[in-house]
Amino acid sequence: MENTHYQTIIIGGGPAGLTAGIYLSRAKVKTLILDSSIAGGQMLLTHQIANYPGVENISGYELSMHMLNQAKSFGCDVISSIEITKIDFESKLKSLELSNGKKYTSDAIILATGGRSRTLGLAGEDKLKGRGISYCATCDGDFFQDKEIAVVGGGNTALEEAVSLTKYASKVTIFHQFDHFQGSKHAEDEALNHPKIEIRLNTKLTGFFGENSLESIEYMDVNTNETFRQNFDGVFVFIGYEANTDFLKGKCIHLNKYNEIVTDGQMQTNIPGVFAAGDATAKRFRQITTAVSDGTTASLYALEYLKTIA
Amino acid sequence: MVLPTNLKHIATADELTKLINEKENVMVCCGRMGPMCIPVYGVMHEIEPEYQHVEFRDMAFDSPEAHIIRNLPECRGFMGIPFVIYYKNGKVAAATSSIQSRTQITTILDKTFSA
Repeated sequence: MENTHYQTIIIGGGPAGLTAGIYLSRAKVKTLILDSSIAGGQMLLTHQIANYPGVENISGYELSMHMLNQAKSFGCDVISSIEITKIDFESKLKSLELSNGKKYTSDAIILATGGRSRTLGLAGEDKLKGRGISYCATCDGDFFQDKEIAVVGGGNTALEEAVSLTKYASKVTIFHQFDHFQGSKHAEDEALNHPKIEIRLNTKLTGFFGENSLESIEYMDVNTNETFRQNFDGVFVFIGYEANTDFLKGKCIHLNKYNEIVTDGQMQTNIPGVFAAGDATAKRFRQITTAVSDGTTASLYALEYLKTIA
Repeated sequence: MVLPTNLKHIATADELTKLINEKENVMVCCGRMGPMCIPVYGVMHEIEPEYQHVEFRDMAFDSPEAHIIRNLPECRGFMGIPFVIYYKNGKVAAATSSIQSRTQITTILDKTFSA
């Protein structure tokens, strides 16, 4: 019969989870990583990573595979493409059930569920994803050669991607709901001074329209509440990230108002034996390096916890 | 031109035509090695053992041979990679554009290729 007890189960196989897996498995702790997709998390969504110390330039896919193989080489088990259907983390023996019907138990849990691109949540958005609405300029920019597109957002990503999309589009209009941008001065200046870019501050998208592909958008002036409709061939949405904590809502783990997991300095949640790391936790900066740091800290404190219950 | 994935590859339009004529259920992910496509290849590779009645393949979007997918009427209006096509008895039964989650993929597989 399959042994379904692990000393630690890590939920999430991004940089935080994989790092925790590397540390724990290397310390001979029987460890399982569960991931709803494939290992790598948001690293997979990055074409080139140039700020990971020790590696001058690497694709997100390659770095993910290196981390995954490193964790596996120390004996870490990994189950990908699996959903968690039920959890019980309050008991000393933690348990969870998966979408394949299997049940697993563990002495400690590390929540490293990461984040995902925030969507606008407007009617038509899901239907027109990949049919004019995109979340990746590098992937889909070339579909918009000589077309008019909109970019939604006001942070560094939105500003930088708007500039990069001018390589393809005839015109880029940036819609941002506030009266100022949140990005760096450099990114803002580049966008403001670009001849192909138009800026619409204090505006909020309210609808997408199109049958087979995106045809137009509706937006609102947030000062006057007046709405307008304008034709666009494409819309790129860059409005930040949200934590993957839906399965924790209403459960025992303390989340803040943004649904991020609250931890102490030891990456411990409010439940003994349950730690959290990476982008799903409440913090300001979200980088691969900070996720790796969190994963290290969480795994080392999980190790100490395991000793106390041994 | 083939993609460096763990899936079996389709290199030519003729290969694809032969496959969909010979096999009842075929899923093809036509993309690049980019962030919207890699997760889809990964999910296909992971679920392959559970769907032995389905043939899983990838095809390089930038290959001239991929016109067989890019120019499908079902892909009109697609503006996001990968283009994923589900063929049933040689005909397009479903098609999606851009990244899809495991749940979205298995929902289509279960609906289109019920064993």
